[in-house]
Amino acid sequence: MKTVKYALLQTLPVMAGYLVLGLGFGVLLQSKGYGVGWAFAMGALIYAGSMQYVAIDLLAGGASLISAALMTLMVNARHLFYGVSMLERYRGMGPVKPYLIFALTDETYSLVCSKDPPADLDRRWVFFLISLLDHIYWVTGSVLGALVGQALPFDATGIDFSMTSLFLVVFTEQWRGSQDHTAALVGLGASLVCLAVFGPSDFLIPAMVLMTLLLILLRPWLERRKEAAHG
Amino acid sequence: MAELHSVLLVAVIAGVTAVLRFLPFAAFGGGRPTPRIILYLARVLPCAIMGMLVIYCLRNVDLWGASHGLPELLAGAVVVGLHLWKHNTLLSIAAGTALYMVLVQVVF
Repeated sequence: MKTVKYALLQTLPVMAGYLVLGLGFGVLLQSKGYGVGWAFAMGALIYAGSMQYVAIDLLAGGASLISAALMTLMVNARHLFYGVSMLERYRGMGPVKPYLIFALTDETYSLVCSKDPPADLDRRWVFFLISLLDHIYWVTGSVLGALVGQALPFDATGIDFSMTSLFLVVFTEQWRGSQDHTAALVGLGASLVCLAVFGPSDFLIPAMVLMTLLLILLRPWLERRKEAAHG
Repeated sequence: MAELHSVLLVAVIAGVTAVLRFLPFAAFGGGRPTPRIILYLARVLPCAIMGMLVIYCLRNVDLWGASHGLPELLAGAVVVGLHLWKHNTLLSIAAGTALYMVLVQVVF
């Protein structure tokens, strides 16, 4: 029970964000003629927020399977980076590991990537419940959106800022938790430069390539600083 | 036919997404020791990626538009400031989001 309560509390910010983003997705999908069944299937099987918004366009426009595959590759390539950075933390997770990998979204990643659960809780179950709860929020939001259509009871404009806030909070915690802020600054800097050069819809991939290259180039220097700090 | 094509589209998108998620674990996750360069990247990438995701959320802010990005700047500052002060994730997010909603709906 303690594990459930802990996971539930950790995922509350994602619950707010996912219900709203999922709702928006469901509403949009339904407006293109794809109902509840589609919202459920896409939320459950694709389970990647920004890609699902893109997928609505692909479905409505009858895109070819090749172009859909390429688009997915571009939009979701960042998951390769999440995977690499979770190799060690997800080691020894046993039978729940395939599900943990499948359900590793941006937001779930932000919850499991840095914070260690209390020592008296089983890490496997904590990570599994966090992943599962987020998945449930997302599917619930998508299905609700397809059901209610456009009749929202209140003006929710701006509530998507909860996502921005979540990322800011995790960024702040990582900043406080590490002595060397070079990596964080490289991420911010590379993203800003690429945003300026490539524009808002095309900057993610160049930014990830650039920050990875920079971090590899800076490796000798960063590792020496780390040893100096510990020695 | 259109129905079938839509089913195939969803299957392709879901398939490619899953492959991207499983690939790193399949490539490096076995019994073999993970290469040192990968371990290094795994240590430094999360901080960089989180910085990138913050920028990603703010990618459509137009500094030369009507509000000059002020709602995002103010609400973002509240989130970070409150979090440094209270260390309470839910409080930081709720306060920042509420302020942002008021700013974009009422003020700007």
